[in-house]
Amino acid sequence: MNISIKYFGFIAEVTDCEEETISFSGTTISELLDVLHSKYEALKNNDFQVAQNQSLVPFETEITGKEIALLPPFAGG
Amino acid sequence: MTDKKPKSVFKEGAISSGFIGESIAKHQTKTSIGAHNIFLGQVRADVIDGKTVSAIDYTAYEDMANIKFNDIREAAFEKFDLTCMHIYHSLGVVKAGEICLFVFVSSPRRKVVFEALEFIVEKIKANVPVFGKEIFEDDSHQWKVNN
Repeated sequence: MNISIKYFGFIAEVTDCEEETISFSGTTISELLDVLHSKYEALKNNDFQVAQNQSLVPFETEITGKEIALLPPFAGG
Repeated sequence: MTDKKPKSVFKEGAISSGFIGESIAKHQTKTSIGAHNIFLGQVRADVIDGKTVSAIDYTAYEDMANIKFNDIREAAFEKFDLTCMHIYHSLGVVKAGEICLFVFVSSPRRKVVFEALEFIVEKIKANVPVFGKEIFEDDSHQWKVNN
């Protein structure tokens, strides 16, 4: 399936893009992250959370949504 | 009367003192209010490894941020006897010394607004996906993290 992934903050610097579509055959966020880690080595050293359909989810969550986002630590205010 | 309509939270650039003043003035007609409380977040010129922060460039995961702002608004109205509440957050570049966050709560009574304001600001800092690039005077940068 095709998954749209959004990147923010320093994660977007690592990936050098803010959004991309990835063809993915696994089932969980964690498996998707394995794919991303092999594509972007520097991602491994960075702290981030993952949102699925605009909600934060644990890495073992099954991918059900079309929109995944990698979010670095928040810095509002 | 309770003012619970969804509002746009993000504003491009710094939040001006004029805008803040006008927001206060608009409440003169709401005479059930007995107390306002205001939080203003200001960009601090931190010195990190000898370099001074001159501005913060804010970005956000806007779709999720709007959901989170709405959740915070609903939780605050549920928890506190508020007459109204307004939140504005900057996007884009805000220079050191300028305002990047404006939270404004109003209630018939003062104790409510002290508690509500802290509740709301802490929730914004913890839960809303806003990202800040701290730009130094030499144009290098680092990414801000809330404590």
